[in-house]
Amino acid sequence: MNSACYSSLQKPWRYWPLLLIVGIIGLSVDGFSSAAFAQTVAPEQLNTFVVDESGPDVAEASLLPAPTPQRADYPNIGASSRSIVWVIAQMHLFFGALVLAVPIFVLIIEYIGFKAEDDRYDDMAHEFMKVSLTAYAITALFGGTLALSLFLLYPHLMGYVMRAFGSQVLVYAGLFFLESMLLYVYYYGWNALRYGNRKWIHLTLGLLLNAVGTTLLVVANSWTTFMMAPSGIDPTTGAVIGNIWEIMKGPLWNPLNLHRFIANIAFGGAVVGAYAAFKFLSAKTPAEKAHYDWMGYSSNFIAILAFLPLPFAGYWLMAEIYAYSQQMGILAMGGILAWLFVLQAVLICTILLAGNYYLWTGMARSEGSERYRWLIKYIATALILGFLVWVTPHNVIYTASEIGRLGGGNHPVLAPLGIMPAKNIAVFIMLICTFLSFQLYRRADKVITVSWQSWGNALLVAIYVVAIANVIFAGVYYGYFTNTVYKVGSSVIQVMSTVVVIVSGVVIDTLMFKGAKTLHVTWGKVSNRSQYALFALPIAFTWLMALMGYIRSSVRTHWHVYTVMKDNSPDNFIPTLQTVGNMVTLVTLLFLSFLLFIFWIADLSSTRQVPLPTGSNRARAETAA
Amino acid sequence: MTVLMKTLGFSVALILVFTAVTYILPQMKGEAPEEIEVDVRNLTMDTFVAMGESLFQGKGTCALCHNSLGRAPDLLAFNVAGASLDRLADSRYQGVATDTEGYLRESMLQPSIYVTEGFGKKGSNDTESPMPAVNKPPIQLSAVEIDAIIAYLQNKDGNPVTVALPTAAAQSKDEAGPPTPVLAQSPEEAVAKFVCAACHSILDTESPVGPDLRDVGQRLSVAQIRQSIVTPGAVIAEGYVPMMPQFPNMTLQELEMIVAFLAMQTGDQS
Repeated sequence: MNSACYSSLQKPWRYWPLLLIVGIIGLSVDGFSSAAFAQTVAPEQLNTFVVDESGPDVAEASLLPAPTPQRADYPNIGASSRSIVWVIAQMHLFFGALVLAVPIFVLIIEYIGFKAEDDRYDDMAHEFMKVSLTAYAITALFGGTLALSLFLLYPHLMGYVMRAFGSQVLVYAGLFFLESMLLYVYYYGWNALRYGNRKWIHLTLGLLLNAVGTTLLVVANSWTTFMMAPSGIDPTTGAVIGNIWEIMKGPLWNPLNLHRFIANIAFGGAVVGAYAAFKFLSAKTPAEKAHYDWMGYSSNFIAILAFLPLPFAGYWLMAEIYAYSQQMGILAMGGILAWLFVLQAVLICTILLAGNYYLWTGMARSEGSERYRWLIKYIATALILGFLVWVTPHNVIYTASEIGRLGGGNHPVLAPLGIMPAKNIAVFIMLICTFLSFQLYRRADKVITVSWQSWGNALLVAIYVVAIANVIFAGVYYGYFTNTVYKVGSSVIQVMSTVVVIVSGVVIDTLMFKGAKTLHVTWGKVSNRSQYALFALPIAFTWLMALMGYIRSSVRTHWHVYTVMKDNSPDNFIPTLQTVGNMVTLVTLLFLSFLLFIFWIADLSSTRQVPLPTGSNRARAETAA
Repeated sequence: MTVLMKTLGFSVALILVFTAVTYILPQMKGEAPEEIEVDVRNLTMDTFVAMGESLFQGKGTCALCHNSLGRAPDLLAFNVAGASLDRLADSRYQGVATDTEGYLRESMLQPSIYVTEGFGKKGSNDTESPMPAVNKPPIQLSAVEIDAIIAYLQNKDGNPVTVALPTAAAQSKDEAGPPTPVLAQSPEEAVAKFVCAACHSILDTESPVGPDLRDVGQRLSVAQIRQSIVTPGAVIAEGYVPMMPQFPNMTLQELEMIVAFLAMQTGDQS
């Protein structure tokens, strides 16, 4: 690093990102609260009360109940308002998830490359950001369109939500500006801040970018969870009586924050994996193939690693939904929406099968994989059995004669497999099997040399056996031989058993890999077929995100804001599964189209036209011009 | 181009497989509950009972939990009205009903008044029910609709239906909806709004349940008065039991109005 650079580092404006954040927070101190609204009394406010001198008119306005629009009050533009908002909101969410997630793992990859002094990591991280950059502009476009659509089609709802959140939405807008600035500096400053101490500046920018991005995520989540489980309002009338913090920190806010944060990373990993697969399949040289094979492997690693804890976050979210309203929980899991969980099973199993298949085929890169190949057929069998149990519905619509033959409304063998305990067993065993594939993949290119390797392997096998036995026992005992209220208790044991397998597997392997001999890995030596698994992942993820987002939103049934503001629009019903399927397919196809456009743009940016021959007519014409 | 077509084809085919699954699943549409227009002049007990059954399966969402899946007692599987008498006699029963009709109404409006063993909220030792009060959102049944469900539950097992058919007056009262909250404009209005006089001696009312507030300004500082309203359990006056509720709907302006008013109550006014 030269002296000019050192001197620039000593200038105070280098702290500008920090100053901007402090500025935003400073602004928000006054602007954060719903200033025009009276506050409820909280014990912690006892010593800091300021008398509300806004006068009775303003205070009276604060007690305005939630709006009660009638059907005629909803604007009619000749098409289903819900469908329009559905498509635009989902597209915004897809791209939002992508642009918030990619910088998270890009930062980690960049850091790994920096510490390992390996430019390959740096180049890969930079290339990931190229995909994210184009997606960012599309996210903003869909975000703006979504806001306009909502104000046009649901003015009463938006008026109420704006009343509740007040100037918090301006903080959101401010953060968006900050995110944009940081993103552009982070991306375009990549090569200028590539080595030495400058790299630390670049990493700090990446950290700030992620901090702002995650804040944007949780702020936007508060609007969603307010509609599902409103807080800070009068439960009878919907009048806004709480301050902005009370409105934001509803019971579902943090579970949704965690769930979306993890899911975004898995989704982002899967999307950039598809990009790598696309580039791999298009690659002309072995070097290109090797690079994109490695990139695809890294993406799959990120996607599956983030995907493994996702069911636990989902479990927490669902448990909080049940705690908030049992009726809401049952509607999702046991009511009209429950059939969609059969579809969820198909989607998650597609993800797990594709992820596992990619790992199995990827093992071919190393000759050492031969030692573990015999296990694959057993893992595949367990995954397929798990899949079959998961998709088995509890009740099927039978004809009268079929009911007569069965001797009741439930099939004697299949019905017990249709309830949650059986599905929990299937899910956790599938997760354990996926981790086993992961572990085998990591071991494929290593020859362990530690003296205690037999004991280590025996310990690992014992942990797997005990965990699987635990998962099955807890599911069967609590699920079928205890009262309903204890059924949920089995999940805790199952979650813990699975976590123990994952954590102990990583720890034991890390210790065993010390001094291990590493076998040669031939990047690029992988079948084209395996790359389609990398396409299956984002397709299933996208479909799954759209589906689960629909379920989460639909549990509000005929309420815009659950229990306080009714939805009286013509679309206030839960549509049939076919309609849901069509809508989800539409948004997935749209997303896929935009994604291919992004891949194409990313490719175009690195394409350079070959100079025209000097003697050609075209060259002469251009020179003359 | 070949790669593009192959990957696109694969992706679209996979998407269509997922779509196809939605076509083979049962197709159901969940309509928003409709407000039932009841013509009380032509209403018979049979149609009232039928209305109750429809509400039980539909708007009331009772069947969502009260079914054979074990989420809540399966009301269709046993004689609810008959069992009500046993529950009234049970030592765990907390209500004031004396007959089946009263018990069924109570169990819908205050579900925790009696929780069937094994069906309470987790950790509540069957003292708290997970069931929502049916007269409040999201279910929001009217009094007439609740009566219809009681009639249905009584009738389904051949018990006598004791619920009276609704009258036009009851129906119009139902339609009026919940009152809009009004912000108290004076200390007196605030005291009346939060029913302070039910327990405290204040203004012209006397009550021995809570401490006398006519001289509270002499005994407590402004901060202490404020604390006793915001956190009633923080300090309990000697000789009294901690039973004062919190006021989640009290605005800051109302609180300060009451605090200022009470601070002036030094016992000299009379």
